[in-house]
Amino acid sequence: MFKVIKNRLEQGYRTSKYPKETINLYKRFRGLPKVDRNCSEDLVQRCAAACPQEAIDSATRQIDLGRCVFCGLCETLSEGLFVSFTQDFEMGTAQRQDLFTQGDLPALAEHSQKHFKKLFGRSLQLRQISAGGCNACEADTNVLNTPFFDLSRFGIQFVASPRHADGIHVTGPITKNMRQATLSTYEAVPSPKVVIASGACAISGGPFFGSDEIVGDLNSLIPVDLYIPGCPPHPLTTLHALLNYFK
Amino acid sequence: MAELLEIKNNERVQRVHIPHLGFADFRQELIDFAGAGGQVVQFFAYADGSALKMLAVLRSEKLYVVGCDAPDNFASLTAELEKFHMFEREIGEQYGLKAEGHPWLKMVRYHANYTGKRDIFANDYNQTIPGNYSYFKVDGEAVHEVAVGPVHAGIIEPGHFRFQCCGERVFHLEIQLGYQHRGVEKLLQKVPFKRLPVIAETIAGDTTIGHGLCQAQALESLAGLKVDEGSSSVRSIALELERIANHIGDLGALSLDAAFNPPAAYFGRIRGDYLNLSQILAGNRFGRGLVRPGGVTKIMGVEQRQLLSDKLAELTPEVEHVNDLIFSAPSVLARFENTGTVSAADAEKLGLVGYAGRACGLAYDARVSFPTESYADLPANTSLESDGDVWARAQIRREEISHSTTLIRTLLEKSENAAVYLPEIPNLAPAAFVVSLNEAWRGEVSHCILTDDDGQILRYKIKDPSFHNWIGLALALRDEGISDFPICNKSFNLSYCGFDL
Repeated sequence: MFKVIKNRLEQGYRTSKYPKETINLYKRFRGLPKVDRNCSEDLVQRCAAACPQEAIDSATRQIDLGRCVFCGLCETLSEGLFVSFTQDFEMGTAQRQDLFTQGDLPALAEHSQKHFKKLFGRSLQLRQISAGGCNACEADTNVLNTPFFDLSRFGIQFVASPRHADGIHVTGPITKNMRQATLSTYEAVPSPKVVIASGACAISGGPFFGSDEIVGDLNSLIPVDLYIPGCPPHPLTTLHALLNYFK
Repeated sequence: MAELLEIKNNERVQRVHIPHLGFADFRQELIDFAGAGGQVVQFFAYADGSALKMLAVLRSEKLYVVGCDAPDNFASLTAELEKFHMFEREIGEQYGLKAEGHPWLKMVRYHANYTGKRDIFANDYNQTIPGNYSYFKVDGEAVHEVAVGPVHAGIIEPGHFRFQCCGERVFHLEIQLGYQHRGVEKLLQKVPFKRLPVIAETIAGDTTIGHGLCQAQALESLAGLKVDEGSSSVRSIALELERIANHIGDLGALSLDAAFNPPAAYFGRIRGDYLNLSQILAGNRFGRGLVRPGGVTKIMGVEQRQLLSDKLAELTPEVEHVNDLIFSAPSVLARFENTGTVSAADAEKLGLVGYAGRACGLAYDARVSFPTESYADLPANTSLESDGDVWARAQIRREEISHSTTLIRTLLEKSENAAVYLPEIPNLAPAAFVVSLNEAWRGEVSHCILTDDDGQILRYKIKDPSFHNWIGLALALRDEGISDFPICNKSFNLSYCGFDL
């Protein structure tokens, strides 16, 4: 008992004040990429050709955050002249097409559906489905329950049964072998329900695009309401998206 | 052993130099080697033109490789020694080659084979998993069956667990995976070079560095790239940070499963602090984008060194205190000790690796036996645990946290800076073979690449430690209460996606 108290005192109070106070992530963190529109055509072409995720459209000079895994190669190649990654982790969007960006995303809070805010603003229960996720998305969703983020203080919980849930939070490229289980879980959630695609895999197939063992795009299976990009999304990216979309 | 070719970890070998035997001789070599205490690192089939062949990489104190022509039906090696059981199932599933006499020949990941041969499991892959497969069943009036998954009651990957129980007592647990199968090996054989590292890093997200490192080393060997000492240090630090973060998270979760909550809350947060150290190094909490063929993309400058060492100094005593809290709590001890025991003999027969093997007294650690990067110059961890229970697995992970911390401190003191990384696409040596082994946090990760005459990847074979260890979890549950499943499961914490590929 003495050790419990001693450890408790040592640990102190660690919960973040986000979103009331901003959090500055370390400068190496690769968040929302910013594109320099005036960069030379040659550099854009080189970055687009080298991008392992084929996420750069050289014609529009946009990056598809739904495909991007934030590896930073385009920044290295262009020495920041074409793409530079900011430390901005607020990247959730309500529309797939908004993820094609040059670094300016629409404010998520204004794009959510009003009835979702009314229904789920004070209490949101989600069922997580890992459908081929590599466990990085899952792990960084799980940490939202640790004391630093303390998700439940916002009235948001991940629950065990789809029957208790208001929606599903899906990670992974939807393997063929998880297709049926994903659909069954979705069907088991009572309406009205929300669908969240988390991570590059659930949005576009991620690193596995082109594999014939995956569906590759959650939206082709079930209509998606909220997109959270990243590989994996930083826990704060998820937290920001949930708070802005539902609160 | 006369017929085996001795190789080194990450050594490039021309494929013509690999002994190519008839199947009967190949089988006998493998059985003799494994029967004398050797273990299987890789055993797989591949298509070379129109011919199907098999290749095995074996380890004792040294590494060996040998190959043969693959017959459509062959006498199972598993019938003689259990070490081959999963490999033979995989060969059957991937290439439609049948191991006759295999005691439990069932599919591994549930997908159509690569050759178009008749499916040896008689599955129709338009049907949903698990298809044409009936589980091992125990009969009797008092026997009941518990089915769990694929979707579990938490934020966790999918898998199906089928328990045969008498009351609370588990007679048998059968684990059917495959739900996470993304076709990784097949994909790696067809995508352009630029996509390889990104895919390797997502084979198992919690082992981003482990798998990324294996691939980078294998490709470097095939392309003849040398990695400077500074880059090796950064890679080793990243691998150890990954180990610490995972061990800490799991010890917290184990404590939670023993209904002792405070350490779970503390370790849940502290694990995040270690992930943030990876972020300082790599710009990503899992170390993604750091390891690339040829070196590391980020230099560890004065600022990063200072941040890492300051943060380590702050966290280390906290970790020790929380560990002391866990390991001195009588309620935790009562749950950890003599729960989920795997005997040393069974562990050897099944070839368990990593802390699961070490907890049973199998000392094998790839960092010691086949060192890569900076490990040849670093001290090993010696553990006295050998009971094979949850306690032993937890205790070893506690030891490894402090051992890894020491390694990182040593590496941080080295003054060499990593060379500046230049992204380029190298050419791979034609008609070559390489196998790469690294001790990731769960145990031995291995990637094996064969190239064709044009230097294209002919076969990419991956083995996650979970491939060996899932059966260990099934054995640990024998004769245990079913309520001990969570704590046993967490003590192994195996990868679904690393296994499913």
